[in-house]
Amino acid sequence: MGRDIKEIRADFPLLTDEVAYLDSAATSQKPRVVIEAEKEFYECYNANPLRGLYELSVEATDRYEEAREAVREFIGAQSAEEIIFTRNATESLNLVAYTYAMSALKAGDEILVTIMEHHSNFLPWLNAAKQCGAKINFLECDADGRITEEAFRAALTARTVLVAMTQISNVLGCENDIKSFAAIAHEQGAVFVADGAQSVPHIPVNVRELDVDFLAFSGHKMLGPMGIGVLYGKRELLDKMPPFLYGGEMIETVTRNGATYAELPHKFEAGTVNAAGAYGLSRAIAYIRKIGFDAIREREDILTQYAFKRLRENPYVTVLGAENPAEHHGILTFRLEGVHPHDVAAILDESRICVRAGHHCAQPLLKHLQVPSTTRASLAFYNTTEEIDRFVETLGTVRRRLGYAE
Amino acid sequence: MQNNVQSRTQNKIQGNPFYHEILTEHNLHPYHKHALPDANLELEGVNPNCGDDIVLRLKVEEDVIVDGAYEGDGCAISQASADMMLDLIIGKKKDEALRLADIFSRMIKDKITEEEREELEEAGILQDISHMPMRVKCAMLGWRTFRGMVEAE
Repeated sequence: MGRDIKEIRADFPLLTDEVAYLDSAATSQKPRVVIEAEKEFYECYNANPLRGLYELSVEATDRYEEAREAVREFIGAQSAEEIIFTRNATESLNLVAYTYAMSALKAGDEILVTIMEHHSNFLPWLNAAKQCGAKINFLECDADGRITEEAFRAALTARTVLVAMTQISNVLGCENDIKSFAAIAHEQGAVFVADGAQSVPHIPVNVRELDVDFLAFSGHKMLGPMGIGVLYGKRELLDKMPPFLYGGEMIETVTRNGATYAELPHKFEAGTVNAAGAYGLSRAIAYIRKIGFDAIREREDILTQYAFKRLRENPYVTVLGAENPAEHHGILTFRLEGVHPHDVAAILDESRICVRAGHHCAQPLLKHLQVPSTTRASLAFYNTTEEIDRFVETLGTVRRRLGYAE
Repeated sequence: MQNNVQSRTQNKIQGNPFYHEILTEHNLHPYHKHALPDANLELEGVNPNCGDDIVLRLKVEEDVIVDGAYEGDGCAISQASADMMLDLIIGKKKDEALRLADIFSRMIKDKITEEEREELEEAGILQDISHMPMRVKCAMLGWRTFRGMVEAE
């Protein structure tokens, strides 16, 4: 990747030999440039953006809007007005559910979601459907996470108003062919919402190429700060949607009886925004661009393959999803026979190995696959084969620690 | 700063004191994990977030817990804790068992005296769980279910 892994890790204050951080699908670690950017914002540009008529506020606004432009360019949107800053992917999806879905849905309409969605790309639709008398249909995947085009076509009906689908599953790591599914949904007149929380940090995502109507993702999973997220929406849809939150800086005029609302994107950004977070996110994007997705993917592929190979050495480990490591995008969700995942995670934690245990906010998927809770190790380009060795070797001691004779 | 990190690591390498032989023994070879056809009290206890799920059954005659058992799934801590609880309360009067459950709950959430800890017998080994907030619910599951069952009666 041009740069040595040691040099890359030195950019991340928390990545030392002490900790093996294998939970990047929950949140990524942050490079120093991102941490310092938030500090720099408050030290050098802090004023309420979009409001003040003085120089400092103008600078704060500039940093915020430059960040919007950086996001636009990163995901290939047509205009910066199609980029709405939110707190995270969850808020972005809720925004679409509360504004677009609740105004578009009529009784008897249908929303199609896949069974592999994170709760945040399911519950907002379930709520909207209940409010409007609409129905949720589930698109099931096989054990590898595959959804066929035939199954997708069969699940779409003339009443399907909206399709919600993740680009990469946070449990199985599989990638859905968003471009093809969005095209089929559009033939049927349905709007397509993609959850990019797990994809945008790891693969190049271009909204115009995919032709999705909405894309939601979080800054904190892509090296950026917590508390800043993005909703991309096609302009013609965003224009028609009512506001989400009402309050300051999202209006044109307010009278005793009502208001007219600001233009995009400010219509959806009520109240004082997280400008320092947006500035930090812009630096995260710059960092990703500097390393480059070719290098990121190459390194993540090598690490995933290596972790797979090593996990397979343990006869008590079963990895969920496809046999082929290339379909996992750094996500390895597994069961260790006879041991509850919380015990696995607690014992790994003794050696300061950080993994996730539980249902990964995807209970319908685990139920569909008929697996109880699981442990998940998730990788990013900044991980090393040494960390994987430490993880696999410590995992190899877990059953013994719990009293199994082997 | 560096020292803190080091001392934390040293603690960690010694291992979590609660993955103890007593605990793993109760988890792998529980004495009380079985059906109890003549039970007259039954309650399910669930920690939905972790998937710990037990059904606790007691046979109570004239206020004395003459027998008890549980069935279910969950982490080692939830299962072993329920098993140790049954060790402790079988043969005791309900009020006495409730008093012990109260001591256990104070041990996990707050502080108890050394004498009180001795009263808990093997269940006293779970004292260190209080340092792991994520696991408190696991340790409490059996005891919470027991209290709910007796209080609902």
